[in-house]
Amino acid sequence: MKILLPLDDNKQDVCITFGRSPYFLLYEDGKETVLENPASEAEGGAGPKAAQFVVDQQADILITFRCGQNAAEVLKATNIKIYKAEGKTYQENINALQKNELSKLTHFHAGYHGVK
Amino acid sequence: MRIAILSGKGGAGKTMLAVNLANTAGNATYIDCDVEEPNGHLFFKPEQITQKEVYTFIPTFDATKCTGCRKCVDFCHFNALAYVKEKPMLFTEVCHSCGGCQLVCPEKAISEIKRPIGVIEKGKHNTINVITGILNPNEASGIPIIHNLLQENHTSLTIIDCPPGSACPVMESISNADFCLLVVEPTIFGFHNFKMVYELVQIVNKKCAVIINKEEKPFSLLDDFCKENNIPIFAKIPFQKELAESIANGSIISDNNEELKEIFQDILHKIGKSL
Repeated sequence: MKILLPLDDNKQDVCITFGRSPYFLLYEDGKETVLENPASEAEGGAGPKAAQFVVDQQADILITFRCGQNAAEVLKATNIKIYKAEGKTYQENINALQKNELSKLTHFHAGYHGVK
Repeated sequence: MRIAILSGKGGAGKTMLAVNLANTAGNATYIDCDVEEPNGHLFFKPEQITQKEVYTFIPTFDATKCTGCRKCVDFCHFNALAYVKEKPMLFTEVCHSCGGCQLVCPEKAISEIKRPIGVIEKGKHNTINVITGILNPNEASGIPIIHNLLQENHTSLTIIDCPPGSACPVMESISNADFCLLVVEPTIFGFHNFKMVYELVQIVNKKCAVIINKEEKPFSLLDDFCKENNIPIFAKIPFQKELAESIANGSIISDNNEELKEIFQDILHKIGKSL
């Protein structure tokens, strides 16, 4: 099972944004890989582009604090499950997911249109 | 001669100035480029209105031809396309209608369809052509409407009422202007936003002058800035409660105030001399 989380510059904490996070953490069977987010510096449309990246990684689960409507449209077209991140680090979140302590993300915000 | 009226801050007096300059000139075209909130028509109350729809183009995909090569998705600089579940997905409000996806598709699976985004209304107020751009609610960008508005060329004098701010819609609105008038409210906020539009007109290399509006007492920060940068101040319009009231009532103040009419005439004269 492949789990993806947007990751901060320190490569430990889950990033507060999805589309413009600098990295993604890919977690698969105990193996952790840090991937660069190709959408982090996009002038526009960072959400759909980051979502495309997540889809292309063939992720099963995305854990994120927030996610925009456009990105959600891409993700929802697939079978990827989206969970709401809690706490701080990716490790905490993966542990929480494995203990069934995370809930599904149900709120998808409107775009920021370039406002950081 | 095409004169654009702009100000960084909303409510500085762009429409008041634009309407009254056109009205003072008499034989003129007034173009309202503030397509999100056009209000010049509230003063002119134009008659004999005709309307035309403005479209933008978005791509549509022929599923029988698409092989899923993703060249369109990779090409899109605006990231308006994604490819999921073996088909392209379009984010209409992110699309800039550049047509690039259609060009790069090796299978010719992409064509363009028209999407209405607003209207242009043309009417008359005496001898003045009043042209108004109206963007449909919920649309992300009025630039295609502004682009269409600026093709309108009916008289030798055209007054362009710009949107507030200093971003893309303003840049588009002044694109074919010969002269820019920067309306400034003499306050810290007004001064700050004025400097942003001044920077813009410098970048696009337009001649400009300042009109200080609603002046109650001298504001030395602005005067000094204009002096240092050699920006002419063409007029100072004093704050008067009666003026504010008649503007709020939709009156064209140059119709019945000789003193103001002279100020507007003088502004037109100064622009003519500096071109």
